[in-house]
Amino acid sequence: MKLPVYLDNNSTTPIDLRVVEAMMPYLTEKFGNAASRSHAYGWEGEEAVEKARTQIGQLIGANSKEIVFTSGATESINIAIKGAYEMYGEKGNHIITCVTEHKATLDSAKYIEKHGAKVTYLPVNSMGQINLDDLKNAITPQTILVSLMHANNEMGTIHPIAEIGKITKEKGILLHVDAAQTAGKIPVNVEQMGIDILSISGHKMYGPKGIGALYVRRSNPRVRLAPVVHGGGHERGLRSGTLNVPAIVGLGKAAELALQEMESEAKRVADLRDRLHKGITTELDEVYLNGHPTHRLPNNLNLSFAYVEGEALMMGFKELAVSSGSACTSASLEPSYVLKAMGVGEELAHTSIRFGLGRFTTPEEVDFAIDKVVGTVKRLREMSPLYEMAKEGIDLKSVQWNPH
Amino acid sequence: MAYGPKVIDHFNNPRNVGSLDKNDPTVGTGVVGAPECGDVMKLQLKINDDNVVEEAKFKTFGCGSAIASSSLATEWVKGKTVDEVLKIKNTDIVNELSLPPVKIHCSVLAEDAIRAAIADYKKKQGSGAGT
Repeated sequence: MKLPVYLDNNSTTPIDLRVVEAMMPYLTEKFGNAASRSHAYGWEGEEAVEKARTQIGQLIGANSKEIVFTSGATESINIAIKGAYEMYGEKGNHIITCVTEHKATLDSAKYIEKHGAKVTYLPVNSMGQINLDDLKNAITPQTILVSLMHANNEMGTIHPIAEIGKITKEKGILLHVDAAQTAGKIPVNVEQMGIDILSISGHKMYGPKGIGALYVRRSNPRVRLAPVVHGGGHERGLRSGTLNVPAIVGLGKAAELALQEMESEAKRVADLRDRLHKGITTELDEVYLNGHPTHRLPNNLNLSFAYVEGEALMMGFKELAVSSGSACTSASLEPSYVLKAMGVGEELAHTSIRFGLGRFTTPEEVDFAIDKVVGTVKRLREMSPLYEMAKEGIDLKSVQWNPH
Repeated sequence: MAYGPKVIDHFNNPRNVGSLDKNDPTVGTGVVGAPECGDVMKLQLKINDDNVVEEAKFKTFGCGSAIASSSLATEWVKGKTVDEVLKIKNTDIVNELSLPPVKIHCSVLAEDAIRAAIADYKKKQGSGAGT
């Protein structure tokens, strides 16, 4: 077993060796510029790119002509939001998103707000779900775009995209979906879900870093987006810049593998995730699940361990590579905005740990993790004044604290 | 975040974890911080007739640096007089543990905990003298 055990697959995934193998020729002898039309080096690059486009199209039920390559999901999201606002801003200046979105979405939304857009940030309930009536009520004649993530990167809650797609279709509004966490993990189908624009990340699905894709619907309706990066007119003018052929080949291969293995892998990973959850909660009391108990990613487990702080936990089980929603892990000194938006109290947000399982996680690693987590939480609770007070029957909410 | 070796040592082998009887008139208890801020420190000092700290115990909810700061504080106060204890500054803790700027608040909390414990002891002694 390799230490530390990698349980941060919602952050990034290791590249699959089959992906590396597919990429190798394009990092070495097949180095051509896919835009070179005048010789064989260019042709073989172009051919490889078109194959990858088809592989990605197949993963999400799209035509290969609807796939545009970008540097990653962040760039895709930027193009989707800024590009839609620039193109359709005359028609209406209102977009709808949600408070628990990734910063790529929230910061793009803030950017267009500075340029005249009105943005509605839908709230979520305690399990991270939006209310579809809130969505319907937020729509105005000015609304041009709804931008939501398929599943949340921190606590794994899945939005009902197909139902949302019905609403946006009916109203003639574009729907952009950030599928960074779900593409290749759970079924995503742009036709069945009524998605008009979709963002994909390579490194979240066992592909290389620095590559992503954007799906842009070509018919019913034909979506037009303004570019963010200008230049040589690559990708039909939507994303200029010489194509990163090896990474594109890698993304295509990763999509192909994900499609082949999704069903069995999702089940296997969800079983491991449940084993981890059960193993921990059998041994420890006052462990709270963040996110929805069933409508969630198969590979994500976000838990709050009452009375022990997240960073101390991670220091305690240093043999596990995980992440925390605690303030101490970031420079902001604010605990996770996602957990806060769900109404998770700050005192519990500080105690949260995100476990992200993946394709290469083994049962042995999960059992090792259970052992480390249980041992560390027990040890730190023995050192925790809050645990002591709670055991004495003191209601911590009634205590007059001295924040500093 | 990378931790200094002394922080890691205190975190892995914390000194003087535990509790003293908070109703004992010779024990001063200081509880500082708040759960929603991510750190709460409880420091207890047992002080003898010569005004010397005989025993010190702590419990801390917080990050590794907060735990190390309070653990170190218990080591430092033992055997010192009340006046000497009050001279311990948070910057001494920062230097000893090589805390980075984002963790300075942990040392401030430890200094506050020492002061709060002494204040509680003095209050108890004052009220005790009246009866």
